[in-house]
Amino acid sequence: MLRRKSKVLVSVLLLVFSFSMLGGCASKAKTTGDSAANKIKIASVTPLSGAQAALGEQIKLGAQMAFDEQKAEVEKLGFTLEFAPQDDQADPKVGVAVAQKLLADTDVLAVDGHFNSGVAIPSSEIYAKDNLCMVSPANTAVGITDRKLPNVNRICARDDVQGPLGADFAAKDLGAKTIFIVHDKTTYGQAIADEVKKQATVDGMQVAGYEGITPGESDFSGVLNKVAVVKPDVVYFGGIYPEGSLLIKQMSDKGIKAKFIGPDGMDDPEEVKIAGAAVIGTYYTSPAADISRTPAGKAWVDSFTAKFGKAPSNWSAYGYDAMNVIMEGIKKAIVANGGKKPSRLQVSTAVRAVSGLQGITSTISFDDKGDNKGAKLYVAQFKEAKYPPAVVKEVNAFK
Amino acid sequence: MEQFLQLLPQCLWDGLTLGVVYAIVALGYTMVYGVLELINFAHSEIFMVGAFAGTEVLLYLQTYGYLTGIPAPVALIMALFVAMLLSGGLGVLMERIAYRPLRNAPRLVPLISAIGVSFFLQDAVRLIEGLWKNAFYLTAPSIFPASIEISTNLKLPVKSLVVMISAVIMMVGLQMFVTRTKWGKAIRAVAQDRDTSSLMSINVNRVISLTFFIGAALGGAAGTLFACQYSLINPYVGFILGIKAFTAAVLGGIGSIPGAMAGGILLGILESVGAAGLGIATNGAMGAEYKDVFAFVILIAVLILKPSGLFGEETGDKV
Amino acid sequence: MAKIKLLNQINPKYKLALQWVFVIGVNLLFYLDPQSGLLFILFLGSLFVLYRMPVSTRLKYPATLVILAGVMPLVGMQNSYYFDVITQVGIYAALAIGLNIVVGFAGLLNFGYVAFYAFGAYLYAIFATSQAANFIPAAVAHFPLSGNWFWVFLVVGAIMSAGLGVLLGFPVLRLRGDYLAIVTLGFAEIIRIVFNNLDKPINITNGPKGLSPIEPPALFGMVLNQPIHFYFIVLGVLILTIIIAQRLDSSRIGRCWAAIREDELAARSMGVPVVRMKLLAFAIGASFAGTMGVIFAAKQTFVDPSSFGFMESIGILSMVIVGGMGNIAGVIIGAVGVVMLQLNVLKELSQYLGQLAAQGVIHIPSQVDPAKYEKLIYGLILILACIYRPQGLLPAHRSLPNWLKKSKQDKAINGTQEDNTDVT
Repeated sequence: MLRRKSKVLVSVLLLVFSFSMLGGCASKAKTTGDSAANKIKIASVTPLSGAQAALGEQIKLGAQMAFDEQKAEVEKLGFTLEFAPQDDQADPKVGVAVAQKLLADTDVLAVDGHFNSGVAIPSSEIYAKDNLCMVSPANTAVGITDRKLPNVNRICARDDVQGPLGADFAAKDLGAKTIFIVHDKTTYGQAIADEVKKQATVDGMQVAGYEGITPGESDFSGVLNKVAVVKPDVVYFGGIYPEGSLLIKQMSDKGIKAKFIGPDGMDDPEEVKIAGAAVIGTYYTSPAADISRTPAGKAWVDSFTAKFGKAPSNWSAYGYDAMNVIMEGIKKAIVANGGKKPSRLQVSTAVRAVSGLQGITSTISFDDKGDNKGAKLYVAQFKEAKYPPAVVKEVNAFK
Repeated sequence: MEQFLQLLPQCLWDGLTLGVVYAIVALGYTMVYGVLELINFAHSEIFMVGAFAGTEVLLYLQTYGYLTGIPAPVALIMALFVAMLLSGGLGVLMERIAYRPLRNAPRLVPLISAIGVSFFLQDAVRLIEGLWKNAFYLTAPSIFPASIEISTNLKLPVKSLVVMISAVIMMVGLQMFVTRTKWGKAIRAVAQDRDTSSLMSINVNRVISLTFFIGAALGGAAGTLFACQYSLINPYVGFILGIKAFTAAVLGGIGSIPGAMAGGILLGILESVGAAGLGIATNGAMGAEYKDVFAFVILIAVLILKPSGLFGEETGDKV
Repeated sequence: MAKIKLLNQINPKYKLALQWVFVIGVNLLFYLDPQSGLLFILFLGSLFVLYRMPVSTRLKYPATLVILAGVMPLVGMQNSYYFDVITQVGIYAALAIGLNIVVGFAGLLNFGYVAFYAFGAYLYAIFATSQAANFIPAAVAHFPLSGNWFWVFLVVGAIMSAGLGVLLGFPVLRLRGDYLAIVTLGFAEIIRIVFNNLDKPINITNGPKGLSPIEPPALFGMVLNQPIHFYFIVLGVLILTIIIAQRLDSSRIGRCWAAIREDELAARSMGVPVVRMKLLAFAIGASFAGTMGVIFAAKQTFVDPSSFGFMESIGILSMVIVGGMGNIAGVIIGAVGVVMLQLNVLKELSQYLGQLAAQGVIHIPSQVDPAKYEKLIYGLILILACIYRPQGLLPAHRSLPNWLKKSKQDKAINGTQEDNTDVT
């Protein structure tokens, strides 16, 4: 009896391992079989499993769309291209392992990622060892580019620009005197909440509260009861839309009259589905409030929906633009290198030198730290329970 | 201080609502532990499956337009029924596949098996929902949107009233089942001493399956109630809640049904009051983010003073 | 089992020759082709085969040394990815050995092992970045401390984690098994939440933003931040860990732990100082975790609270239980298995399936992308491993002193403990 059981276990394990061996052999064959001299791989690294998988998936799809569109042009220059999406599971140590793997694969010339700043920072240190170019669609922490690494760039806005925008809007445009700040205790949420808090005091508002909630939970009645009692003019939430939308809904259930402002993490069509009618009257800041405002944008949204069967979120647009920048940089590097496969350093330099590239989210040019000079920020408000909301203010996001 | 007193009534009510959800889930943990001495880690995933099942039923009713025609309690009962059946069946299946072969293994092994089942279910539900609906963050339609206002400091949303009433019915029902019926007696017997029960011609395997069915059904019902109360569900919603519910079961004394109920309610209230009050109490040094720490510290304190939990029995070691 | 019986029936001399051929052959091939995933796994397998070969330890130790200190670095120079994987494996193996002391030797359920790991990591991180300057005035010391302090912190981390272990153990060791489990879980969560929020009123841990960049270790002025340096550091500490664990197992303390694990009441009646031994187990286990935490922080150059959640504790626990509680070699294999599964095997599998899809061989809808379902496969493997091999891959053997072991005659008739795999 035991023998049979052990046999089954051994055979199952063997099966799993042999499949992965096949995989290992196949990928080995791929890298050594094909003439490596003309193969270029571009990777996207985002969380594809775990609680943030939906967002990571959107970025990957956006990157894939840009890749598929630009692929033919680069192939005309005589190269075979491959898109290699990776999963960093929003875990720094997996991100580091993936970074090492990408670094070891000499065909990888650029990375479109990451999503979590906590994963991006150690991974980018690894990329820096070989000047592997990284263009971030979504990392907002200031530390990403403040290190002045020549291979790290980002196209989204920084926390220290977006936070103050939210605070300024509350103080000047909404005339708020008191602000209650809630954050989700993550690298992203707390960082931006801190910036808002700093700016709020500068703007002369009273910070009526500064509380954290746990992401993944659904019951925020404890914090909201406090908000109900304190009665602030504005509630600012630093975090992403799953918790933010629940907050909006529960705030409205409790009859809290304060105005709600959130950062770009709130920007997602799901927000309307989750919060329902309560979303009317809430604000958020975002680098790309309504892509379909422009005809080009609308065409993009339609072709994305047609290609993948679901509507894009703004994260897809960032992933798309980041990949476009990478492709542009690679094309320039190939040409500058006389038609031969460029080195990683050449790609990094070419990407950093990209200037004035018209993207879906913004016009992209990088400064000496890797921040996007063309980054814009919009303040948007939901006038009806439909996504996308209306833009009420537009600022340049580059300091 | 005055601020705190203003907060208190609403916090108590919200905590009570949260607490009964913890309590029902804790019942599942405590029942399984009573008969098998096993911490069923996968119970939180059964809760999640129940939430999805209930939500899918409500969404189905909504898409086909029945929701406006049926009175809300009927819709809820339909959702609960489907969820309880599905979760109960899943629980029995789980026991058969992952725990029965390990009855005689060292006690840590079924634990790891339970954890494996938990991981499996999380991603399996995500896979199924992804294939079926192309999204795994689901929003349950709100069927009890009204709210009763008692004073400026106290608003009772109807849905939380519904959750509480259903929970009380279930708890009372369970207590009556366990104390007044023959099968309930059998469950208590197996929990007390498995070998002697089998000598008393109790079919131990069947009793254990029944225990799993009831516990899982309750967990599934809790999931549906959770979906009604908070609307947004995803495959990972069971994880944190499961840990809290298990903490509640231990707080009340694991193996004791009244203990699980008391533990759940106590934990819910502690969390709610802690979230609102910690900031006030510590003058801003520690805010709502410490509410879990607060709950765990209370747990440790209770266990140090009374090692078998609030209602647990001090079973002395027989030499 | 038919397979293994067949292997046992081969003439032992041929079997030995086969094993040597396998070990040397795989290592040679791996050196020649460092990109292959298959050879990497076979390479790890060759270490295991070497461990089981019936040759004298005088041959085994140098052979292992040649493989670990010779072949691996040479391969790693060409492919730093495998260096990273094997360093991770080493770190988790040491953690699993530490947890094995608490769970396997002494039989204490600890669900919060990761708290000590986090403590060690943050301890080094705070002092090796400019963070400490926030609350220690510059007159006392200049932060970040230079990399030379790394070696000091290895020891300091161990001692302070041990202290934390005693602090935790003291109030809770009276509790019965499952209560202990939930309390240790709660404790780990408390530590994580506290670290996540200790950025006000005084900023000690910088909250969720994490601490970086952390100074890499330095030796006589040479900065050690290449993967090869960390590989050797981890290897050295791992070997030390194994030696310490083995010595503990065969010492009086180890026998006390075995007694407590089997029957606490009987042990107490026999005069075993139960509380002290339990605290010792906790403290020693915690100290291993603290040291590895320091190394982890130095290697990652960035720590934040998200790396130290409940899932980590479960991961390490599953390594111990699936590998074989109480058995050091088993636990290492468990660590290898779980880490490889998470970092390497499943990714290769999903990459392979992804390539098939890109070539149009099979069509996988985007939702079923295997890269997303690693947890599902991990869960499935855990369940299967538990059902079909509940005693662990390498079951614990009671280590008896030599004069109590079976005589050579007995061994010939019944087979040694290690070969007898038909255990219930």
